[in-house]
Amino acid sequence: MAYSDKVIEHYENPRNVGAMDKDAPDVGTGMVGAPACGDVMRLQIKVSAEGVIEDAKFKTYGCGSAIASSSLVTEWMKGKTLDQALEIKNSQIAEELALPPVKIHCSVLAEDAIKAAIEDYKTKQSRA
Amino acid sequence: MSENYFQLFGLPVGFEVDAEALALRYRDLQRAAHPDRYAGASERERLLSVQQASLINEAYSTLKDSLARARYLLELNGITLSDTDTRMDPMFLMEQMELREALDAAPAAADPFAALAKVRNAAEATERQLVEELAALFQRGEAEALQQAPERLRKLQFMRKLLDEVDEREGDLAHNI
Repeated sequence: MAYSDKVIEHYENPRNVGAMDKDAPDVGTGMVGAPACGDVMRLQIKVSAEGVIEDAKFKTYGCGSAIASSSLVTEWMKGKTLDQALEIKNSQIAEELALPPVKIHCSVLAEDAIKAAIEDYKTKQSRA
Repeated sequence: MSENYFQLFGLPVGFEVDAEALALRYRDLQRAAHPDRYAGASERERLLSVQQASLINEAYSTLKDSLARARYLLELNGITLSDTDTRMDPMFLMEQMELREALDAAPAAADPFAALAKVRNAAEATERQLVEELAALFQRGEAEALQQAPERLRKLQFMRKLLDEVDEREGDLAHNI
């Protein structure tokens, strides 16, 4: 399968790979997985008191498209409010990376990871 | 084709399958449907024998493998697995992440084969447990039990994928010695 230049670029130079303290109150962690291909994705966000995403990190085990999708969303999320980040749609990710139809599920995984990370953050905040 | 794969093989519909009976029945069915037997037959009969042979192969590979068998059994019960369901038990995903990390670190370990074997043992233990849980759920068989099967099946898919990657890494290591 031929990857687009953008996928290869993100795959070879992934942005924001790493981990944050998942127990920190200002960190939200989203873990999602795609059973069909066994991909696992962890997306973490650090949120300011004003509700702006200051930093984002990811770790993905999966194909090039899954890695590129998560790398791309960490870039897109930074500086956005939570509501703005929730507006990121898998179709935008797929379009930006020129993903072929069989790889659309990788962008779905990334969108779900965003939602899961924000949900985790909000749950923590409501408990605090 | 109204007959399901189990009926085709003359086996009771269920998760537990007698592997020996399955293999024997496969051999018999294959022999009976072999295209060579239809060399002198009409075009239509030959075509049917080819279709029958391919159905037998498909049925055999489905019944032989616990994952494919479980998926098929669920389909017979009207439950189809969604491949786009990405939410899973976070603890399970965390464990997956750790196993993947261990797999990535294995080639650089002091004893890479031992490091890979450790990942394999962990994955195989989880795989066995999931197959046992599936067997118990199918044994119960009522709707409530079957509802719980897809989650086990999804986890099993992760484990299979991980085990494939362990195989791959082992192959790479052996190749580079």
